[in-house]
Amino acid sequence: MADETRTIKTDYLARVEGEGGMLIRLKGNEIEEVKLNIFEPPRFFEAFLRGRYFTEAPDITARICGICPVAYQTAAVNAMESICGVKVDGQLRALRRLLYCGEWIESHALHIYMLHAPDFLGYPSAIEIAADAPEIVETALRLKKIGNHVMTVIGGREIHPINVKVGGFYKAPSKADLEAMVPDLEWALETSLETVKWANTLDFPDFEMDYEFAALDAGGVYPIEGGERFVSNRGLDIPIDEFYEHVVEEHVKHANALQGHMKERDSYLTGPLARYALWYDLLSPEARGAAEGIGLPKVVKNPFKSILVRSVELVEACAEALRLIREYEQPAEASIEVVPKAGAACGASEAPRGTLCHRYELDDKGIILDATITPPTAQNQPQIEADLRGFVGQFMDLSNEELTLRCEQAIRNYDPCISCATHFLTLEIERT
Amino acid sequence: MADLPTIAIWKFSSCDGCQLTLLDCEDELLGILGRVQIAYFPEATRAEIEGPWDLSLVEGSVTTPEEAERIKEIREKSGLVVAIGACATAGGIQALRNWANVKEYASTVYAHPEYLETLETSTPHSDHIAVDLELQGCPISKVQLVDALLAVLAGRRPNVPTSAVCTECKRRQTPCVQVLGTPCLGPVTQAGCGAICPSFARGCYGCFGPKESPNTVSLAKRWSEMGASEDQLLRAFRTFNGYKPAFREESARHGG
Repeated sequence: MADETRTIKTDYLARVEGEGGMLIRLKGNEIEEVKLNIFEPPRFFEAFLRGRYFTEAPDITARICGICPVAYQTAAVNAMESICGVKVDGQLRALRRLLYCGEWIESHALHIYMLHAPDFLGYPSAIEIAADAPEIVETALRLKKIGNHVMTVIGGREIHPINVKVGGFYKAPSKADLEAMVPDLEWALETSLETVKWANTLDFPDFEMDYEFAALDAGGVYPIEGGERFVSNRGLDIPIDEFYEHVVEEHVKHANALQGHMKERDSYLTGPLARYALWYDLLSPEARGAAEGIGLPKVVKNPFKSILVRSVELVEACAEALRLIREYEQPAEASIEVVPKAGAACGASEAPRGTLCHRYELDDKGIILDATITPPTAQNQPQIEADLRGFVGQFMDLSNEELTLRCEQAIRNYDPCISCATHFLTLEIERT
Repeated sequence: MADLPTIAIWKFSSCDGCQLTLLDCEDELLGILGRVQIAYFPEATRAEIEGPWDLSLVEGSVTTPEEAERIKEIREKSGLVVAIGACATAGGIQALRNWANVKEYASTVYAHPEYLETLETSTPHSDHIAVDLELQGCPISKVQLVDALLAVLAGRRPNVPTSAVCTECKRRQTPCVQVLGTPCLGPVTQAGCGAICPSFARGCYGCFGPKESPNTVSLAKRWSEMGASEDQLLRAFRTFNGYKPAFREESARHGG
C-alpha cells in the first residue's frame, strides 16, 4: 500500500477558459509530480504583432481573450501612450475605468456563479443548478448582462469592444447614456452585497498557503485600469517599466504557455486575493462593509475563499461604476492625438484574474518592432502547481474521485484563462 | 429529456469569445437549454454525452495536427456542423502565420520551439471538411447564433444576411463615415454586427469578413484617393479575416 502509485488526472479541465489539464503522481505518501498541462495551441500573437501599426494593438490583442478583451485593450493602450509620451487622465481615464468595471462585473459574475459555484454545490455545471435552483442562475445571468451592458454602452459591444483607442476613445458617451444604466447598476450593487452573504454559506476546505501577493499600485485607488508600479507584500516595489527585469518567463515542456517567475524569488499570486490583501484600505465603503459583514479578514490565504474575495470585488466594481457615472462629465474631445515615437515601454492593467503586462517597442513611424505579453494565468501557473502540491499533501486520504474534484476546484480558484496564457492547462493525478 | 437534440460545442485555436457568445445570450440561454441537451461544452460543464451529436458548433481554426484530425471525427459523428466566428470560417487573426515562417514565429515567442506541435498554417474548417453553415464575425452576432439554433430546432433555413455593413448603417440612419472622410471597410464587409463602428464615428475594420461578391478593388481605389498608403491597405485587408479569399486576394494587390 505504501508504495502504491496513484495517478490523479483530468485530461480536459472544464469550466476554465481554454484548453488544459492536470496530472498529479503520488508514490505512497510522496508527491512525485504535479503538472498543469497546457495544450491550448499557440497562436503567436507576439510574433505577428511585429510589423503592425501601433494603433492596431488594442484591437489585435483583444483577440487573445474573449473573456477579458478590455484587459488586453487597456494594457496595450497604456503601453503605447507611455512610449509616445501621452497621458490619458480626467474623464477619459474615468471612462476606461468604467468600461473595465463592466468587464469585472461580467467576468466575476460568470466565474462566481457559473464556473466556480458548481464545485461548492456539487453540480457538473450551472445548467444542472438551473434545474434545481433557477434563481441562482437567473441572478448570475442578470448580473452578467449588466456588466456586458456597461461594456456595450461604452465599448460598442461586450466581446472585443470597438471603441478603445490609443489616446482615448473614438466616441465618448453622453452623461444621459451612462445615467440610463444607474437603476440596473443599483440592482447589481444590492445583488452583489447578497452574493457576498450567499458565497459565505458555502463550505471551504481548511487549507491555507503563505503567498507572495503581487498587484499594481494605482496610486491611491484600487487598481483596475492601470498602475505605474508593480508591488508585493514581500517588498517588491518596481516601476512597471522594470517588469521584465524582475519577472522571467520560462518555457516548460508540459505547457504551451510560458510560466512567469520572479527572479531569485519563489512563485507568486496575482488576482483578487492579491489585490484585496494589498489594497483593502482602498476599497469602497460598500465593499469593505460587505467584507466586514461576513467577518472576512483583511488578508485571505485560503485560495478556496477566492470566491468570497471575488464577490467583494464584484461589490467594488458595482459601487465604483455608480460613483464614476455620478461624477462623469462628457469630455469635449473623445481622444488625445497621439503621434508615434521610437521607443519601448510597458503597460499593465488588472484583468479580473490578475495583473496583465504588455511591452512594446516601436520605430519612429509607429511600426511595432517587438511585443511581449504576460497574462495573469502565466504568472499564476507556478503558484497553482504549488497550491496543488500543498493541497494534495494535506488531503492525501481522500478518494481519487474526491481528490480529483478538489484539485480541479483548486485550479478554478484562480479563474484561469488558458487562451490568454498560451503563449497555458490538463490535470492528472498519478499515484504509485 | 432523452429525445431533445444534442449539441456539442468544440474549441479549436481561438480566444473562446464565440462560445462565450452563447453564455452571453442572457435572456435566451435558459429557454434554449430547455429545448436541447448540451452534450459537450467544457467551458461551461464537466458533464459529457457521447456522440453522435445532432449539432456541433465549432469555434476556432485548425492550427495543429491534432486539430486537423479532430475536426474530421467531429464531422463523422455530427448531423450538422456549424462553424462559428472568424477563426472557424477564415483562420482568424492567427492566420497571419500563413504569410510567415512559422518556425521563426515559434522561436520569437518560445525558448524551446521543439516542444510545440503546430502546423504551418491556420485554416478554416471548410478547408478540411464539409461545413453546413458558417457564421462569420469576430466575435459572432448573438442574434445570428440564436437564429441559427432556432433554425436547426425548427428545421428551417437560418437567416444569415449576405449584404454589406452599409445596409445596417442605412437602417440605423448613421451618417456615412467614409463620406465624412474616414476610410471604412463597410462596403465590402458582411452585415451582422449592426454597424457598430460607424455608430462610434469609426470606420468598419472588417471583423465580419467579406460579404458575398465584394468589390474590394473599387474600395481600395477610393481609400487610396483618400490618402491611404499601400501598407495601410495591406494591413486593413489582412487582419481578422485576412485569409478569406476575397480579402486575401485584395491584400496581395498591395504587396507582401
